[in-house]
Amino acid sequence: MANFIDRRLNSKNKSTVNRQRFLRRYKNQIKKSVSDAINQRGVTDIDSGENIIIPKKDLSEPVFHQGGGGVRDKVHPGNDKFATGDRIAKPPNQQGQGGGQGDASDSGEGEDDFTFSISKEEYLNLLFEDLELPNLEKNQLDKLIEYKTVRSGFCAEGVPANIDIVKSLQGSIARRIAMTSSKRRQLKECQQTLSTLCEDKHDHISEERDLKKQITDLESKIAKVPFIDTFDLRFRNFAKQAVPTSKAVMFCLMDVSGSMDQATKEMAKRFYILLYLFLSRTYKNIDVVYIRHHTQAKEVDEHEFFYSQETGGTIASSALELMSEIITKRYNDNQWNIYGAQASDGDNWADDSPHCKYLLESKILPKARYFSYIEITQRAHQTLWQQYQKVMESHSNFAIQHIKEVSDIYPVFRELFKKNTNSAA
Amino acid sequence: MVTKDKKKAVQVKALDDSPDWTFELLGQYQTEIARVANHYRLDTYTNQIEVITAEQMMDAYAGVGMPIGYNHWTFGKKFIQTEQTYKRGQMGLAYEIVINSSPCISYLMEENTMPMQALVMAHACYGHNSFFKGNYLFKSWTDASSIIDYLLFAKNYIANCEHRYGIDEVEATLDACHALMNHGVDRYKRPQKISLDEELKRQTEREEYLQSQVNRLWRTVPNSKKNTNEEQYCFPSEPQENILYFIEKNAPLLQPWQREIVRIVRKISQYFYPQKQTQVMNEGWACFWHYTILNHLYDEKLVTDKFMLEFLHSHTNVVSQQEYNSKYYSGINPYALGFNMFIDIRRICENPTEEDKEYFPEIAGSNWLDTLHFAMENFKDESFISQYLSPKLIRDFKLFHIHDDEQNNYVEIGAIHNEQGYKKIRQKLSEQYNLSNLEVNIQIIKANIEGDRSLTLRYTPHNNIELGDSKSEVIKHLHYLWKFDVKIIQEKQNGEDEIITQCPDKSSDS
Repeated sequence: MANFIDRRLNSKNKSTVNRQRFLRRYKNQIKKSVSDAINQRGVTDIDSGENIIIPKKDLSEPVFHQGGGGVRDKVHPGNDKFATGDRIAKPPNQQGQGGGQGDASDSGEGEDDFTFSISKEEYLNLLFEDLELPNLEKNQLDKLIEYKTVRSGFCAEGVPANIDIVKSLQGSIARRIAMTSSKRRQLKECQQTLSTLCEDKHDHISEERDLKKQITDLESKIAKVPFIDTFDLRFRNFAKQAVPTSKAVMFCLMDVSGSMDQATKEMAKRFYILLYLFLSRTYKNIDVVYIRHHTQAKEVDEHEFFYSQETGGTIASSALELMSEIITKRYNDNQWNIYGAQASDGDNWADDSPHCKYLLESKILPKARYFSYIEITQRAHQTLWQQYQKVMESHSNFAIQHIKEVSDIYPVFRELFKKNTNSAA
Repeated sequence: MVTKDKKKAVQVKALDDSPDWTFELLGQYQTEIARVANHYRLDTYTNQIEVITAEQMMDAYAGVGMPIGYNHWTFGKKFIQTEQTYKRGQMGLAYEIVINSSPCISYLMEENTMPMQALVMAHACYGHNSFFKGNYLFKSWTDASSIIDYLLFAKNYIANCEHRYGIDEVEATLDACHALMNHGVDRYKRPQKISLDEELKRQTEREEYLQSQVNRLWRTVPNSKKNTNEEQYCFPSEPQENILYFIEKNAPLLQPWQREIVRIVRKISQYFYPQKQTQVMNEGWACFWHYTILNHLYDEKLVTDKFMLEFLHSHTNVVSQQEYNSKYYSGINPYALGFNMFIDIRRICENPTEEDKEYFPEIAGSNWLDTLHFAMENFKDESFISQYLSPKLIRDFKLFHIHDDEQNNYVEIGAIHNEQGYKKIRQKLSEQYNLSNLEVNIQIIKANIEGDRSLTLRYTPHNNIELGDSKSEVIKHLHYLWKFDVKIIQEKQNGEDEIITQCPDKSSDS
């Protein structure tokens, strides 16, 4: 009457397709949730997935259902104090709204939003989808190259230390077989003729003698083929292979003077997160250095970088100088891929801007892979932007972009890197 | 009963009661359970018992009880929800899922202990299974032997459509069908075996058709009698409650593959329709039998005290009923109500009181097994409750009835568990399980096939309850399928019809 089937080893991901269908359908909402979530994350916190929140009403599967009003009868268990005819006042705010029966509506409204998790991969893909990362990945930013020697087959010449014995002896056998094969054949023929002659009843003394001599000649010739020859020798070959270093350092420079408000900083933060995510797809180890500045620059931790408020004027060159100092001290440009990202609202002490240009051109850009400057402001550009524009004309690894609103960040980020990939390609 | 007698004669050796199950042990328990089930005349489809993991159970959840489902985002949403609540520990998974098919597929979870597996086998493989095979609704509405094949066909067909017409098109069609899924069932009409009459009629129709092909020759003769009696022609001639069926047959611009998809959703809706109407009975029946079968095994000393303690613990959890003022209260537990009703029917048969004799003269003192089988075979929740809910059970559950009229600023206790209230409570509780009171009554009354091809539906409120807000969303889906104007009307107090929603929405234009 019954068959038992063990299905435990069957694939368990029967719902994967449906799950993807769900993500596909709600891509826009999920993307919005992802970009909202960026604010909640640290720059380097990219190892976890993300909780996605979608308003429940967007997800509804509408069906015709009964609404409010009318007469309802309901039976409940556990009567402890009611008698027939008792009247219980309705809570005032629900009057005329279908009474106190909470289960009258199944539309799902008023419930919590729909929350679920996506994996890290899904999170990054959603985040990068806007950035067309596949394209970016194909033409990666040029990286610092290191070399490493790898085995690459065998060659006929080399130093004795690299002799490969097995390969060499294999060569020797092959050579010996090749060089003696015709003689062996002759030898075999001679021996056969000799044996037929011996079996013959008649004597063939002279012929036998000739044959025996021939045989000894052939045998000595075969023996003379050398066991090993320089021709046989095989050496292990090594080749140099270019390996991009997996180390990178990312400098985040930000103006924290009084003119930068929290919203502006949030925007800058998104930009840094994007840059970090982008770099983390290319490099294994990334150091992040946060430098904030007003009139003086200071290296700080992430929290202080984004959330502590300072006031005062702005001298952008102080940050650049500190960056240059840190590079010299800690990040040798032969071993580290250096990236810089500067964010500011464009305010700078007018006399300082030319100095910034000088610092960039002379000290930072020669060492850095890439340096980007974003200006987050609604106002007209000031001296810093004008100076930087000059730098951009002469340097391919320098880019500046102007961001007005949050929604500008993705396009700007894409723009920044498109420019660079073009020049690199 | 030869085996049973033999068992009794020999000193019985109890089955292994260790918590870990093995396939060998499952087989032993299954054999014993099957023997007892047979003793109680439980007629079942062949069982196909599949052991699955928790992850697979979540997949099964997402498939809303379909072992093979077509792909659709709503199943993904269901899966994500299940996974989420399960991972956070807000919800345990069911111990089993059983599918109304032949052979009857039951899923057992790997993590269950041996006593749980035994409970689940008795519950699903013999309780639910015999219900599927015996109950009149399932008999007349579903075809257990073909459902798996049909679901497989549906899955392949829809996958094929996705390849051909694109995922978006298919998804939109499915969305629209799902919105109307509850209206894809013939509520009042029974599917019937074609009678001889019908068969003959169809045959004549076919003949007439063939004849008409021949008659073409004579068509050139002008037909003067036409156009005399056609002003009154109304289509459809009767209101149609099965909206999906109407769409499938009559929507003017649907592609053939879309019609097939409408049909698939309609068929699946029909397949699930009996389950919606027999939740209390079905669960009650299954609980009654796992309880009775395992106790029977215990009486035969085939299972140990240890086994029974674990079983009773789980059983009690399943059939417990929270009271209205408990913070865990979420309505009447169908397991509790159903189980207690079947136990109560047995009691009425075996030990009737005076009260029982008064209320249930036909069954008091009758053979309990016959009565129970009769009840299982011939009722659905609504009629089952109105037939068998006894005063004793009303007292045990302390049921009371609340009457809530929108006009009043109070709710009124209509009846409680006393002599005057029994009948009213029974009637009200029965109505509570009447699907036609719970589901919205919307019927297609007119399709303007001569003019603008617009479609008109009528909402007939039950107890003056309005149509819910989602109507404007659902009607968009209906419009997607019909592709011409669609409106829903409702009769106002003064007897005039009023449009309550329409698509495309014209209310803003005027």
